[in-house]
Amino acid sequence: MTTPTSDLVVIPGQTPASLPWRAAKSVLLLVCCLLVAVPFFSIAATSLADTKQVNEAGGFVLWPERPTLEAYRAILEGGLVSQALLVSVGVTVVGTALALVSSVTLAYGLSRPGSLGHRPVLMILLFSLLFTPGVIPSYLLIKELGLINSYWSLILPTMVNAFNVIVLRSFFMSIPRDLVDAARIDGARAGQILRSIVIPLSKAAIAVVGLFYAVSYWNAFFNAMLYMNESAKWPMQLVLRTYVVNNAAIGAGEAAASGAALPPSQALQAAILVLSVVPIVVVYPFLQRHLRKGVMIGAVKG
Amino acid sequence: MSLLTQRSPRSDPGAAPPHDGKRGGRRDRSLLWFALPGVLIVLLFHYVPLLGHVIAFQNYQPFIGIWHSTWAGLDNFAVLFNGDEDFLRALVNTLQLLVIQVVFVFPAPILLALAINSLISERVKMIVQNVLYLPHFLSWVVVVAIFQQMLSNGGLVNVFLRAHDLGTWNIIGNPDLFQALLTSQVIWKDTGWGTILFLAALSRVDTQLYESAAVDGAGRWRQTWHVTLPALRSLVVLLLILRLGDALSVGFEQIILQQPGVGLESSEVLDTYVYNQGLLAGDWGVSAAVGLVKGLIGVVLVLGANKVAHFFGEEGIYRR
Repeated sequence: MTTPTSDLVVIPGQTPASLPWRAAKSVLLLVCCLLVAVPFFSIAATSLADTKQVNEAGGFVLWPERPTLEAYRAILEGGLVSQALLVSVGVTVVGTALALVSSVTLAYGLSRPGSLGHRPVLMILLFSLLFTPGVIPSYLLIKELGLINSYWSLILPTMVNAFNVIVLRSFFMSIPRDLVDAARIDGARAGQILRSIVIPLSKAAIAVVGLFYAVSYWNAFFNAMLYMNESAKWPMQLVLRTYVVNNAAIGAGEAAASGAALPPSQALQAAILVLSVVPIVVVYPFLQRHLRKGVMIGAVKG
Repeated sequence: MSLLTQRSPRSDPGAAPPHDGKRGGRRDRSLLWFALPGVLIVLLFHYVPLLGHVIAFQNYQPFIGIWHSTWAGLDNFAVLFNGDEDFLRALVNTLQLLVIQVVFVFPAPILLALAINSLISERVKMIVQNVLYLPHFLSWVVVVAIFQQMLSNGGLVNVFLRAHDLGTWNIIGNPDLFQALLTSQVIWKDTGWGTILFLAALSRVDTQLYESAAVDGAGRWRQTWHVTLPALRSLVVLLLILRLGDALSVGFEQIILQQPGVGLESSEVLDTYVYNQGLLAGDWGVSAAVGLVKGLIGVVLVLGANKVAHFFGEEGIYRR
């Protein structure tokens, strides 16, 4: 860039666009951000609004005038939603722990090209990316295994995600080989090397993969819809589908109302929605920080 | 697969790295044990179900089971050719959605990445990215719920319209607008996230190229055309190939969630057809046959597209 106009910051690279263009682009990006942010805001506001305001607005509000936690109290005092929260938290915690153990060990097992069985195992893993098993065959397998209505049907099938394993593997492989070899010469076994060298050096990558697993367990709904027939075992996402997406009436059974009238259904639905989004929003900054470090990008590019 | 295994031993299957002699090989045997639990899970939940496809050739009855059901030969596949209305409807809807998504959804992240990339302030760039990545991490249930809460009769948009006496705009549950609704949901959820790869590619563009282009008298547009876009080309090819492998999958979870509201006419696609025919209507054999053919077409498309990419000198998902 030879002669930038004098009122612009000189940055290396492409000639900056003219002012109207840059303004147009800024507006576009602002609109995009608002399209993401406003729905969140309005749903949170509605979940906090009281009956009178929701009825006056005929539905959604942008700002709760008399904020109340009535809706949250109603759905959290026992009943289906509280049960579903427990199920979701349990499945997410247990699932993420097991997924991390099996993925880290698998990635470690694949981290040394040329070791026994390396190639076939790697191929098994990679080819699983090319196709998905299909709804019907997966259902038949779970049925044959006797896992219908078992929480394991929500945990086991998604425990090893080939993509996550590849991410971990390429991270493990970037650990200097001399480090590992030195430990071996000192007599360390593979298990000790994993524990005391590989895992401590890959904390960031393991954390990101763990968060990815946690997010996917928390968000999973289709397996629960297929395999869980008893509503008492439903996770949060399935409750959300039934009472918000499909608009089933929220009655006393679902939200333990203590005699008093229930808050308006708009507020209850918004509260369920907020509860199923909160964990994602809470872990998001952590994910964000690691994404910025380029862990994922580096891995994607090999 | 350059995407995945640049460091994998493509070039040295037999010839192991220098200090992996025979002793090394034996010593590394213990590594196989570490891989075992994970591999078993993959085999059990990704490969064993493939055997379940045999019911495509059976008169499968759940209460009789896979082992005792009678064989049907290719009867179940007849539905693909005999002009069955339900199947054709699913096929047509799938292809329509595929075209819509390739035309509208695929380029969206490229445009957004170009816009983000031209932001000068790093801080603003970061904030915009943080906001726009978020929807990717929400589940489809949440996204569909948010859209319904915003656009339904009591939703934010209609509350606003009514407050200003503009009538109501019936979007949710309207079959005519269903495909547009699906497309806008996909764009809302994944466009931001989709920019991440393009931004990474853009950040690697050699800035000297712009400068020499400017010296040669190229204006901003020609710089974009001759420097920026070529830098994205192999990534675009790669992503198009991967999309092609999924060509016949057009958002199963997203659609199955909204199907009760709009009816099958506009919402039935191949994936939902398999689900509805098999698990709900009990026509297991036919539904498995359709699922099997769909899966095979996917694999053929990926491999074929990869060949085409090689032909045009791109790397594709794996190297020759």
